[in-house]
Amino acid sequence: MIRIGNAQGFWGDRITAAEQLVRQQPDIDYITLDFLAEVSMSILAIQREKDPEMGYAADFVEIIRSLIPHWKKGSKVKVIANAGGLNPQGCAKRCAEVLMSEGCPPLRIGIVSGDNILSMIQAKPDDPLFRNMDTTEPLSKGAKFLVTANAYFGAKPIVEALQQGADIVITGRVADPSLTVAPCVAHYGWSWDDYDKIAGATIAGHLIECGTQVTGGISTNWLDLSNPANIGYPIAEVLEDGSCILTKPKNTGGSVCEETVKEQLLYEIGDPNNYLSPDVTVSFLSLQLKDEGSDRVRITGAKGRPPPSTYKVSGTYKDGFKMEAMLAVFGRDAFRKAWLSGKIAIEHVREQGFELEHVNIECLGSGDVVPGVFEEFCNGDAKECVLRIAVADHRKEALECLSKEIAPLVTCGPQGVTGYTSGRPKPRPIFGYWPCLIEAKRLKPVIEIIQVGSS
Amino acid sequence: MTLETAHLREIAYARSGDKGSNANIGVISYTSEGYAYLKENLTEEHVKEYFLPLGVKDVMRYELPNLGALNFVLIGILGEGGSRSLRIDAQGKALGQAILEMPILISTETLSHCRKN
Repeated sequence: MIRIGNAQGFWGDRITAAEQLVRQQPDIDYITLDFLAEVSMSILAIQREKDPEMGYAADFVEIIRSLIPHWKKGSKVKVIANAGGLNPQGCAKRCAEVLMSEGCPPLRIGIVSGDNILSMIQAKPDDPLFRNMDTTEPLSKGAKFLVTANAYFGAKPIVEALQQGADIVITGRVADPSLTVAPCVAHYGWSWDDYDKIAGATIAGHLIECGTQVTGGISTNWLDLSNPANIGYPIAEVLEDGSCILTKPKNTGGSVCEETVKEQLLYEIGDPNNYLSPDVTVSFLSLQLKDEGSDRVRITGAKGRPPPSTYKVSGTYKDGFKMEAMLAVFGRDAFRKAWLSGKIAIEHVREQGFELEHVNIECLGSGDVVPGVFEEFCNGDAKECVLRIAVADHRKEALECLSKEIAPLVTCGPQGVTGYTSGRPKPRPIFGYWPCLIEAKRLKPVIEIIQVGSS
Repeated sequence: MTLETAHLREIAYARSGDKGSNANIGVISYTSEGYAYLKENLTEEHVKEYFLPLGVKDVMRYELPNLGALNFVLIGILGEGGSRSLRIDAQGKALGQAILEMPILISTETLSHCRKN
């Protein structure tokens, strides 16, 4: 049996989780970490523009540093993360420096790259596979505006790195469940057409890839959880047949039960009979769950078929700027006051010659988190709400103009406007999303190994 | 048989997620009678109508009888989606809670068989 935990559901999750997991579960074999949401690569592209040594998730280096005491005490835990982003080599180099400077015992870092296909895609903008999958637009119109384009690799290159003795594997874009599939294949020696077993490991990966989302986080009945301040991070105990037990360390908060597992199973899926990954096509329709008590749920019955012959590609392009501002409004007719205040700020910008391209005014407290669906909230008696103004425009100066028209509402707006002391809001770049495909056979992942300290 | 108005949250739990400009909402029954009720009554048309103010273009429903769950994919509900959206809930994190507030018409008898144990 192999124990695989997750210590990062997204970039921004708790940096303390990895060390905590190893401390709470010393016999854990692998820890996976996920740093790359759809827009993360764009943020890294900006970073790397300013400094070519960057372009990776710097938090990962601190996480590696936090594990050094455990490695020094003899822990054999291995780490697999897509923290490499646009510069996996740079990330590995920095990790190696930290490991050496803190006297860590010898370790091997495996680097997986080759997912960055920006120049390849820009060279052939008329390729029908490079059309935007959502809008069907051809790339030829927008190719030069692409800032990033990365293919989602599967588990194979990670397995190769592990087979070459890597203790830490740093990748660029990889399908999230593949971070879990790889150690299973490496450990059990499954063949790549053992589709049912790989499907089982993919389900385990899908369950743990979002960290605490399977151990009680964002669960419907969250208020019933015990010790929600200390929700344990998830561990999948994967068996040779691909089935697994989902659990978390003993004496941690949260819960692993039928409900939390089913919620995460249904998270971000489309057709449950055709869940696609670069390693396998999975059907969820024969899965069986058995709650064995004590925060242990057994998952069996995953069925797999060959994967698609294409890799999914995530591309991003710059598309103007956006900005948001918030003010609290208290008193009689709070919603109407908030709404009018928002309109006034926009009118002030209009007077200065900018007709903002996109404007969204929300009164939070009136049901505007899900606008239009909850008429019952819009009662005129409510005494409090938060005005939120969100705008987008290709002209940064138009947004900067608006950023100076928020504070004045505090003297010309309705009585009861408050909460203005956090300063002028700042415009941020917008990144459009360009999802497309590329034939898997056109790409070759690159595996490099760095030996840290003598072996 | 007395019909009463209840809320979906009394007979099911949910989880929403995003994919570009689409979102999915998994709705999971507490009991097998609850699944039968959802299968019969929580239709694609019903869910589409409920979320029409958000601009949803189409709804697809998938059944997972082995889990007592329905998965709804809501096409276009997130508008521009992700980084481009100006909504506070650009990623549809609130949609699970939103669907659970849906009023349902259900007999008192059936309701008692659909609640969480």
